[in-house]
Amino acid sequence: MTMPVLLLTDALILLLLAGVVGYFYFVSRRPQMRATWMRVTESPSGMAALVVLFAYLVVGLLDSVHYRPVLEAKDPKAATVYSVEVLSLLDVLASPLRERQERTYSAPFDTRAYSKETIEIPGTDGAPGKQVREFPRLQFGGVHLALESERDRDILVTALRGFSLAFALWLALAALLSAVLARGSAISSSETMRRIWRGETRVPWSAVLIMLGLLLAIGGPVITLCTRYHVLGTDKVGQDVMYLALKSIRTGLVIGTLTTLVLLPLAVVAGVTAGYFRGWVDDVVQYVYTTLNSIPGVLLIAASVLLMQVYIDTHPDLFPTSVQRADLRLLFLCIILGLTSWTGLARLLRGEVLKLREFEYVQAAQAFGVGHSRIISRHILPNVMHVVLISLVLDFSGLVLAEAVLSYVGVGVDPSMTSFGTMINAARLEMGREPMVWWSLAAAFVFMFVLVLAANLFADSVRDAFDPRIRVRGPAMQKG
Amino acid sequence: MLAYIIRRMLYAIPILIGVNLITFALFFVVNTPEDIARMQLGAKRVTPEAIEKWKGEHGYDKPLLYNAAANGTDKISDTIFFDKSVRLFVFDFGNADDGRSIGHEISTRMWPSLALALPTFLIGLLFNVTIALLMAFFRATYLDFWGVVLCVAMMSISGLFYIIGGQYLISKLWNLVPISGFSGGFDAFKFLALPVAVGVIGGVGSGARWYRSFFLEEMGKDYVRTARAKGLSENVVMFRHVLQNAMIPILTGVVVVIPTLFMGSLISESFFGIPGLGSYTIDAIQAQDFAIVRAMVFMGSVLYIAGLLLTDISYTLVDPRIRLE
Amino acid sequence: MDKLLEIDNLRTEIEGAGAPTRAVDGISLDIERGETFALVGESGCGKSMTALSLMRLLPEAGHIAGGSVRIDGKDLLALPESEMRDQRGRRIAMIFQEPGTSLNAVMTVGRQIEEVLERHLGLAGEVSRARAQSLLEAVGVPDAARRLGEYPFQLSGGLKQRAMIAMALAAEPDILVADEPTTALDVTIQSQVLDLLKQLQADRGMAILLITHDLGIVSGMAKRVAVMYAGELVEVASRDAFFSDPQHPYSRKLFASLPGAGRRGEELAVIPGQVPPLNTAFHGCRFADRCDFVHARCRDESPGWTCLPDGHAVRCHWVEDRQKGIATRGMDAPRATFAGAAKAPLAAGDGKALLKVTELKVHFPIRKGVFKKTVGQVKAVDGVSLEVASGRTLALVGESGCGKTTVGKAILQLIRPTSGEVLFDGVDLVQLRGEALRTRRREFQIIFQDPYASLNPRLRVEDILLEGMSALGVGAGGESRRQRLNQLLDQVGLPQSALARYPHEFSGGQRQRIAIARALAVEPRLIICDEPTSALDVSVQAQILNLLARLQRELGLAYLFITHNLAVVEYLAHEVAVMYLGRIVERGTADEVLGSPKHPYTQALLSAVPRIDAGAARAVIKLEGELPSPVNPPSGCHFHPRCRDVMPECRTQYPGVTALSATRRVSCWLHAGKT
Repeated sequence: MTMPVLLLTDALILLLLAGVVGYFYFVSRRPQMRATWMRVTESPSGMAALVVLFAYLVVGLLDSVHYRPVLEAKDPKAATVYSVEVLSLLDVLASPLRERQERTYSAPFDTRAYSKETIEIPGTDGAPGKQVREFPRLQFGGVHLALESERDRDILVTALRGFSLAFALWLALAALLSAVLARGSAISSSETMRRIWRGETRVPWSAVLIMLGLLLAIGGPVITLCTRYHVLGTDKVGQDVMYLALKSIRTGLVIGTLTTLVLLPLAVVAGVTAGYFRGWVDDVVQYVYTTLNSIPGVLLIAASVLLMQVYIDTHPDLFPTSVQRADLRLLFLCIILGLTSWTGLARLLRGEVLKLREFEYVQAAQAFGVGHSRIISRHILPNVMHVVLISLVLDFSGLVLAEAVLSYVGVGVDPSMTSFGTMINAARLEMGREPMVWWSLAAAFVFMFVLVLAANLFADSVRDAFDPRIRVRGPAMQKG
Repeated sequence: MLAYIIRRMLYAIPILIGVNLITFALFFVVNTPEDIARMQLGAKRVTPEAIEKWKGEHGYDKPLLYNAAANGTDKISDTIFFDKSVRLFVFDFGNADDGRSIGHEISTRMWPSLALALPTFLIGLLFNVTIALLMAFFRATYLDFWGVVLCVAMMSISGLFYIIGGQYLISKLWNLVPISGFSGGFDAFKFLALPVAVGVIGGVGSGARWYRSFFLEEMGKDYVRTARAKGLSENVVMFRHVLQNAMIPILTGVVVVIPTLFMGSLISESFFGIPGLGSYTIDAIQAQDFAIVRAMVFMGSVLYIAGLLLTDISYTLVDPRIRLE
Repeated sequence: MDKLLEIDNLRTEIEGAGAPTRAVDGISLDIERGETFALVGESGCGKSMTALSLMRLLPEAGHIAGGSVRIDGKDLLALPESEMRDQRGRRIAMIFQEPGTSLNAVMTVGRQIEEVLERHLGLAGEVSRARAQSLLEAVGVPDAARRLGEYPFQLSGGLKQRAMIAMALAAEPDILVADEPTTALDVTIQSQVLDLLKQLQADRGMAILLITHDLGIVSGMAKRVAVMYAGELVEVASRDAFFSDPQHPYSRKLFASLPGAGRRGEELAVIPGQVPPLNTAFHGCRFADRCDFVHARCRDESPGWTCLPDGHAVRCHWVEDRQKGIATRGMDAPRATFAGAAKAPLAAGDGKALLKVTELKVHFPIRKGVFKKTVGQVKAVDGVSLEVASGRTLALVGESGCGKTTVGKAILQLIRPTSGEVLFDGVDLVQLRGEALRTRRREFQIIFQDPYASLNPRLRVEDILLEGMSALGVGAGGESRRQRLNQLLDQVGLPQSALARYPHEFSGGQRQRIAIARALAVEPRLIICDEPTSALDVSVQAQILNLLARLQRELGLAYLFITHNLAVVEYLAHEVAVMYLGRIVERGTADEVLGSPKHPYTQALLSAVPRIDAGAARAVIKLEGELPSPVNPPSGCHFHPRCRDVMPECRTQYPGVTALSATRRVSCWLHAGKT
């Protein structure tokens, strides 16, 4: 038995997920909105990006199911005791990565540590042992090799095994897809397959399959290799960098999505009421957002986070585990980011609503004496939702990038929490070492770049589908 | 027009008051001076006496809003609110936790900040507009397509990587310029070249793509068709008609950041060791020096509001529709 | 025959989702030096694309798929782009529909004209400036020297279009392509601009390709006419032949669907269905589905040109057969429909005043200065009095900006009036608040101009129709509401299946029917129709006008019909009120006001309307200048600066209301004291 732990952010992620599912259920019943989303699915780059985002999402969700394992009791009659350590499903799946901790740095695929150590060589035949300074063998990386010279061949063989498994999986998925697509139509599944490859399907399945293939082609070998080697090396305390990178994904996703939970109601309420009622409501809203906007964003965030840190430090008793404390700080960061970044969307909505309220169908409703709340909910809100949606998907990548900067400044996530920001921050000092420790930085770079690029491409296709003219984003806010 | 500017300036006053109240609430109400003192002192040395002493040294030993013990106007003025918040209006920032005058630090540190931020801003703007114009000129060709792809890729890279990469390549590998540091005079050039370049390149992705959309939007307008119908060449249409119209939103959009250039750049300055306001701020954040953070928040707001004012004025300068109405 | 422009089999395609749209599908026509050639058609028929193809200025998704365009024998389509640029503006120039957006807003008018002089004539400096000034003078821009240094936004719509024309004429092109040059302008300004074009053409011997949907303009301007339908030309004729004896069933229907005084009490002809989408493959005649004379051959075989005397040519099997003397099946029966339109007498109404508006004023404050002090009032509506009798139609006529729409909204209390009384059935709506007003709202409703903006795209038709019923508690709900919905759809001529669909699935005319059904849903007694047909093509307009007339007869509705379109007024109004700058200058029965207008403004307005029967010389009263701004109306009679009968007292004092008969009121010093 284990004790499930529902972190605050886990709960909110579930809420958000439920919201997203609900939204798409809603969309599926509105032919118009469905048609617009269908246009999103017609963009090859958008669909390829979606595959990548989906992969990230799976990792992030696996990392959002937490529990406390039972400590093995020596006395079977004693009450079960739970570990203070909170683990997630991802931790379990990645336990080969998590548990195989070296003493310190090692380069990717290396079998020996990064720095020389003094090693005792026991004497033979009663001769005195001697001490040698050399690069010690790693405790886990490549430890199965009898001869280190076999390493390259072993890597190749292992990678090929992973690759062929991945290829088989990919073929199976492709066959499944064409079978599913062919179902209910007169076309055979092999013909469907041909059409996919000729790009004759409405949804660009070829792009999806290529992207999936690419992911599997990289993922397959990596998975088989990472049980034997440290594919991305290890960090200062010997943790596998691949594990850190995987753990960072959840942090990035949480920042990019939960922030919107805070931002959304504020922005919608402020923007819509200001635009619809005008007059003094508009004056107040405009005053509030000009005031908030005029405070430099980073500083406002920094000040809030510092103050929250003071609060956490002065109330240590509120948090049973360090994970929960770090989680609260993450949530706070989302809230603060949300509180400081709703103004852009609110202003956009205000402008849109100002235009909409002059539309004749709104006046027609007014001529029926329809109340304000009903006009807003029936006529205004549904017609500005595309602005909200576009702005949210566009914000996502900006928020992921902002996390890195904030963590660097020291006002981001808790230092104990793995994130792209903390990885980069740590890696910065490693750049000065000789020889250079480049792998953590490279890992953070690649994982983050792929996530943000996919998000940007997806956002573009959403924007193109919903409104090709709307401009939501200026040059990225100068966060530094 | 004068009335318009005066009105905008008057409008700035309630905003500054609002900023002031928000910062006051953040710094003194959410967490009391006791909390801050306790944290500053560290867990071990917390005694009631030590806290009182710390508060006394830093001027936090007064009531927040109303000093019942004082006489006359001191009831209002001898309070934390008056000392720490109202004084900001006359740019009296008080002292940092290390006892140095914040006002003095600001006045010396803003010049290195400006030396970095201004060239970055100007060169960046020129660069972004040029690239955007090129992409718009060659719209719907491979040049445009790959340009946009490159822009999206570049904007997907965190600014931190540009700095780290630039430092590694230029300074460490090729040894072209010092990796960090600053000096006055002409020497400043060799210290600033890299951070400026990094700043410009880091901003090109989003900037050029955004401006491209401005240009494309303008190019779809009726007056462009009219210009073509006159027989004007594509160059003239682009550089005389489209550029002029698109520069209105672009210029007025960037004017707002000009005053805030004084604030410098947090990340860049700290990476490159430039003794500007950005690195001052980041040091203060890391040292949890609230006096400095508060001063910088206020400064930033004042400059931003100045930027808004400049935006309004620049509109009247570049757009005849507003100038002449 | 001195052919200047020869278009041969021009084909233009526009890429989009699915098959390309063949916007121009094999057009051939010749234009002679110095003639005005009109290209007529409804929206979406490809006439603007034809014009842009000639200029090679197609939007980026479009391309010319084939054919040739020759000016003096030189094929424009074969020229490299750089040489084409030498032709644009020099040999072939163009003016566009929207003068407001077609000029560069941040460049002075003078500079924009000089650009052309510089580009094509190599003029520069003083010479070019002087030339630009003389061009502006030539197009009748007053105070040209000052206007040169002004920006487009400082010019009124009419002056902007004049400046556009000056620009187009700058390099003395041989042919001017005018794409709906007056559609965005008011009728009095339109007549000024059309006169200008005519006069310039006479002076310069320039050919004009006039693209328009307005047969009245064609009649006044063109020497020859071509009718375009679904990407093709269907009829080419001289003006006289076209107007006296149109041949193609489509052309005939267009004429028959025009409203006007002559058709009062008749049902207007309508063209059923819609223009087919141009990305489909056509086999037979493109008009076949909508044609009264269709027979089997029309569906299979695309008709070729049938030549009649005097260069009159028609693309129609029916005409061809008739020409050859072959009787075709289905020829006689439909003919009956041309014999005489169905009678549809105007409703009589009971004559009791339903709505009585007295001294209605709507003023908007102008704020200025540091503290946004109110420094003045825009008197959008400044003392309007009118009456609408139940079951009858009052047309409120005026040019844009005169305040007529504001009157409508103020009556509905969508804008609260500054002062005045709005008595509806004896109750003053201005005094009503909250619930009392809300319950009253079911008795008066509104129909808007833009059928695209007046329906919420996110709601199904059913929800749109139910909105008013549920807000005002009409109908018990459930089954009775469902019945009511079906009845409403029947009344406006939509199928029951419409209920579950969304507005974007309907055409403009159908959307307007939905909007009418929405208003009818709460069983109002008065409907304010705010330009309900001005966004529609004539054939669709006819459907809507017929519908409105029928509903009035059947349901005894009263209409306040706000419009600038006098032909519509002549067709359906019982009473007419003419508005100028916030005030009503003349009102009376339709016969009185339209038959013998008394106010000089009414007279000018009526004479400025382009008419298709203008073969006979018609004295057109020229109105100088433009509608002044309501911010700063002229002293005395607001109309005096433009009035040809201006007298000294007109300049100082606004004329009082003079009752010329029991029904007729006029505010003019000419008639003061003539009771």
